[in-house]
Amino acid sequence: MKTRGIMKIPGFSCAVLLIAFILQPLAFCAEKWPGVDESVVGTYAKEHGREAHEPLINTDQGDLLLFVFLIAGTVGGFAAGYYWRVLLVEKSPSVTGRKTETGSKEN
Amino acid sequence: MSVQGSRERTRKRILAMFLLAACHLTLAADAYAMHISEGILPLGWAVLWFFIAAPFVAFGLYRLKKLTATDLSFKPLVGLMAAAVFIISCMPIPVPSAGTCSHPCGTGISGILLGPAISVVVAAAALLIQALFLSHGGLSTWGANIVSMGVMGSLAGYAAFKVLRLIKVNMAAAGFMAGLFADWATYLSTSAELAAGIRGDSPFLPLFSKILVAFIPTQLPLGILEGAMTAGMVVLLYRKRPDLLVKMGVLKPGEVRA
Repeated sequence: MKTRGIMKIPGFSCAVLLIAFILQPLAFCAEKWPGVDESVVGTYAKEHGREAHEPLINTDQGDLLLFVFLIAGTVGGFAAGYYWRVLLVEKSPSVTGRKTETGSKEN
Repeated sequence: MSVQGSRERTRKRILAMFLLAACHLTLAADAYAMHISEGILPLGWAVLWFFIAAPFVAFGLYRLKKLTATDLSFKPLVGLMAAAVFIISCMPIPVPSAGTCSHPCGTGISGILLGPAISVVVAAAALLIQALFLSHGGLSTWGANIVSMGVMGSLAGYAAFKVLRLIKVNMAAAGFMAGLFADWATYLSTSAELAAGIRGDSPFLPLFSKILVAFIPTQLPLGILEGAMTAGMVVLLYRKRPDLLVKMGVLKPGEVRA
């Protein structure tokens, strides 16, 4: 029997799509979702005469902040993935043991 | 067959592009955070928090140097935790019940796996990068943010995990409580730092309570989320690399399943 359309999409992709669909409106109404730095810290600080200053390197300008967050996420994600692989695949005792059995380098 | 394969590949590419676009739109929000921003704390308080943070960072660096000198396999775990703390602590998560965004801290898991001393160093590095390049936190408030997220978060997570394991609570529940307490301890100390710094002539306790209560709608569910994340990571490592947990002192050799 031939499967068509959504039936061919794997479960994981469906889950990601669903989450993206649910969260997508948040991207367009970001001002409705202030961070606690703004809604709590900023509010109370302002009440007591303190306000946040511009950071030394101000990346909060237009889409520049999105860019640096994307870069930071990408670099952080790759680093986490790399070390995860080193720890759980390459240095796993089962793998290093197997390598030894087959005559390859140990650990 | 090849035509069908080609269609399948095209369909997968379209799906992948759509997923990337959807994720990009979803994440395309301003960076909302909880770290104390640049200039919020008066100079005297900012300096005081630097002095409080400095010995913890120094001791963490000493421990890191000592451990990596004797055991090279420790480095990948530090790298993994550094990347995880950095990502987790700059990941704004919307909390629908509060209508605000905040982020977990990640110091619960790093406190458990690396120990609180090295976890402080990892948090300090993450906070410095965020303050310099992500307009997230601040250089003048770096010390205060190290104390709340690095010191308090790591110590609370580590202590909760150790105490619960000591009374034979299972790994997942102990991990969950460690993440939860690490998150809540961070916000508790942020409230104290903020109240102490901005209060002027006002009494400390009422302002501290007001700030703490204001954090609750956001941090209560986020703490639970952080607990779940921490439990998940601890259990995953327990299943995949129990030897690593034994080496790090998280488990005793007798606790590893055969």
